[in-house]
Amino acid sequence: MVVIENLHKTFQKNKVLTGVDLTIDKGGIFAILGPNGSGKTTLIKSILGMVIPTQGSIQIMGKNIKNNWLYRKKIDYLPQIANFPNNLRVKELFKMIKDIRGNTNTDQELIELFKLSPFLNKKLGNLSGGTKQKVNIVLTFMFNSPILILDEPTTGLDPISLIRLKELIRKEKTKGKTILITSHIMSFVEEISDEIVFLLEGKIYFRGNITQLKTQTEQPNFEHAIASILKNTYA
Amino acid sequence: MLKILKYSFYDLMRSRWSYIYFLFYLLLGTVLLFLNNDLSKAIITLMNVIIILVPLIGTIFGVMYYYNSKEFTELLLAQPLKRNSIFLGQYLGLSLSLTMSLVLGIGIPFILYGIFKSDSIWNFSLLLITGAFLTFIFTALAFNISLSNENKIKGFGYAVLLWLFLAIIYDGIFLMSLILFEDYPLDKLSLFGTMLNPIDLSRTLILLKLDISALLGYTGAVFKKFFGTSFGLIVSLFMLFVWILIPTLRIIVKSKKKDF
Repeated sequence: MVVIENLHKTFQKNKVLTGVDLTIDKGGIFAILGPNGSGKTTLIKSILGMVIPTQGSIQIMGKNIKNNWLYRKKIDYLPQIANFPNNLRVKELFKMIKDIRGNTNTDQELIELFKLSPFLNKKLGNLSGGTKQKVNIVLTFMFNSPILILDEPTTGLDPISLIRLKELIRKEKTKGKTILITSHIMSFVEEISDEIVFLLEGKIYFRGNITQLKTQTEQPNFEHAIASILKNTYA
Repeated sequence: MLKILKYSFYDLMRSRWSYIYFLFYLLLGTVLLFLNNDLSKAIITLMNVIIILVPLIGTIFGVMYYYNSKEFTELLLAQPLKRNSIFLGQYLGLSLSLTMSLVLGIGIPFILYGIFKSDSIWNFSLLLITGAFLTFIFTALAFNISLSNENKIKGFGYAVLLWLFLAIIYDGIFLMSLILFEDYPLDKLSLFGTMLNPIDLSRTLILLKLDISALLGYTGAVFKKFFGTSFGLIVSLFMLFVWILIPTLRIIVKSKKKDF
């Protein structure tokens, strides 16, 4: 579904991605991990065509994404920081995105699930960070696309919404979707992901499931396993 | 593109600034017409205001709009939309709403005054057309500046400098060079110099139509001699069109390569 070959990205003199090769050909939940500045967001934005790679190619559903835009119909993206036009109302934002992407009825369910109905007539600028994130989640999940990309989905969510989000992600997985997640919350990653892709200094350092990671690093605990990779490279 | 245009336009129509801009022209037009009672004088005064103010508002609003809607743009970029259509849609939305404020703000008092019964109707329409051209030109230039500068403050700085240069400094340099090289034939040079500045071009265009030789100045006179009135009008309108086309093309090229 997603094939990335030899991807390089340089911002001015800052080499962020230095040859990423990644093939994801089945459904499931893939966690993209890595320390700050390892290029997680750049990788995601390259897949979305927001960042234009210096070198290398990306294919989504068998099609090269260069100079292509229709492929984004197959991707739902949850951006890291939910920033919306401030003088737009929540309802209007939903309506607008539906106008752009096509109609759907899933939004009603999601609004119900995250208890957003009292906020529908409020302006986006007046919402709290957590509520904005909920709006963001509704926007992402209301279209039934085969690829889901979630950049730090848990930011600002209260425990109940977090549980609902996890359920939602699992439900989407059962539909056979490919879900890419970045997160710094290791317990969340451990609980939800099928496979780990660990980025380090612009390259993929490790790919496999959590058990493999534990045996490779000889650590009994997932959080320590990740930490040990970082320690080894920082030392 | 039309969807983006629609939403940008609606968004701007709800903004306070569009109304302030509209009310300003409404007031200006009303005061000039009803206190002055001389249509052609009012048109000349309006021309002087429009030629300086429209570029200023176009650049400042353009830069401000781009930076303020950055988050929204990022949201749109992740949707199945062409980059061209996002940026051109926003550009057209902004230019159209500014043009609308201008045309309605000035148009209403003139209609109330009875412009349709007067023979100044063409002079007046030309004034509005030039104002619209200037809005589109300077908004496009502002989008170019903000696309090239990540830093808001820098972007604002360049935008103000651009306006200052084209509205004031350019004329100064131009005049100085005419005085300095007065021993040489300067016809071609001054023609060229006028074409390179949309503000000068608009002024010449309006004065040619109004046929006020006293205000034409040196370049205007050369323009008139060289092209004659009607051909001069066509040439200067064409040049204004080129002035919209080139920055717009650069918006397309630049936005295609940009990282967000």
